Amino acid sequence: MKIEILGTGCSKCQALMQATKDAVAASGKFAQIEKVEDIMQIMQYGVTSTPALVVDGVVKSSGKVLSAQEIVALLS
Amino acid sequence: MFDLWEKAVDALVYGYFGMDKETAMGSALHFFIFDTVKIYILLVLIIFTITLLRTYFNTDKVRIYLQGKSEFTGNILAALFGIITPFCSCSAIPLFLGFMQARIPLGITFSFLISSPMNNEIAIALLFGLFGWKITALYIGFGLLVAILGGFIVGKLGMEKYVLIPVVPMSGDLEDVEIKMTMKKRAKESWAYTLDILQKIYLYVMIGVGIGAFIHGYVPTDFIVKYAGSNTWYSVPLAVILGVPMYSNAAGVMPLIEVLTSKGMLLGTALSFMMAITALSLPEAMILKRILHVKLIATFFGIVALGIMGIGYLFNAIL
Repeated sequence: MKIEILGTGCSKCQALMQATKDAVAASGKFAQIEKVEDIMQIMQYGVTSTPALVVDGVVKSSGKVLSAQEIVALLS
Repeated sequence: MFDLWEKAVDALVYGYFGMDKETAMGSALHFFIFDTVKIYILLVLIIFTITLLRTYFNTDKVRIYLQGKSEFTGNILAALFGIITPFCSCSAIPLFLGFMQARIPLGITFSFLISSPMNNEIAIALLFGLFGWKITALYIGFGLLVAILGGFIVGKLGMEKYVLIPVVPMSGDLEDVEIKMTMKKRAKESWAYTLDILQKIYLYVMIGVGIGAFIHGYVPTDFIVKYAGSNTWYSVPLAVILGVPMYSNAAGVMPLIEVLTSKGMLLGTALSFMMAITALSLPEAMILKRILHVKLIATFFGIVALGIMGIGYLFNAIL
């Protein structure tokens, strides 16, 4: 499983990154987490607000800092 | 709505503490206790309501609705959407480029970009709490006017070449997607967001009202009228310039403006000041500089500043 966090480096993006790490640890799944900061790459996902969470190439949420609990629900 | 609370504070300050209504100390303390609690209650109510409405909208949806709209209609819709859509300056770039991808004209994007931060939930809640619904309606109404006309003018100037990043327009139309969520989840999310915002600003509000209370009790009216009340030509532009660096502190500055207004600062000047605080933000300009030429940002700021000043002069003249 590949999880990408889209964001240009604001504090909200970091918060989402941390929540995602916690969620992956809690779910016990094996996942690769990557931060995408390049704006051209972010645009390819068609999101209009950051931070966004992408799981295996599919945008799951944008413009929100999800809680670790919510991310766990998205992963299963 | 707050009559009962006022009576309670009356009883506490003038009765229990035994302070005199006429003294500076008594009236300042009364003002501080009454206002902070009133504002906190209104902040919670209004932010929660707006956030709840917002769970039905997001910028992705706005983009879908704006796609293919003609100019002017598009400008009006974009400005209106700005009220109910959350906006964070850190999202300014993806928003801007994402709108361009959907072939939404530059001017319409700017209408949204002006309206959204101007009509943010904190500003509206504070305005309502401090000035009442009439001033809030004036602020929103004229704010929308600035956003619609400002965006329209930027669009007419043909400044597309000043967007520094090549955007590949997407082919076809976007499809509307419903945001599926249970009411309980929407309420829960909104409540968490409301608490989060309150946590960030409660101290600013308290400090702002504290300084306001001090002015209310101790600073003579003549002093303020002399500097902010007179209809000198420079008071409006000065208010706009002072407002630019204050974006992050809107919560603390608004209570101050209320006191200054009640002490004789002209309403037009006050409106200009408040609009400059929310609509012209330096951090946002710095972020946009990464994708827009300075000329375009300067034009955008210039047009908005002129519009805001126009409103200030207009109100100083007619009220």
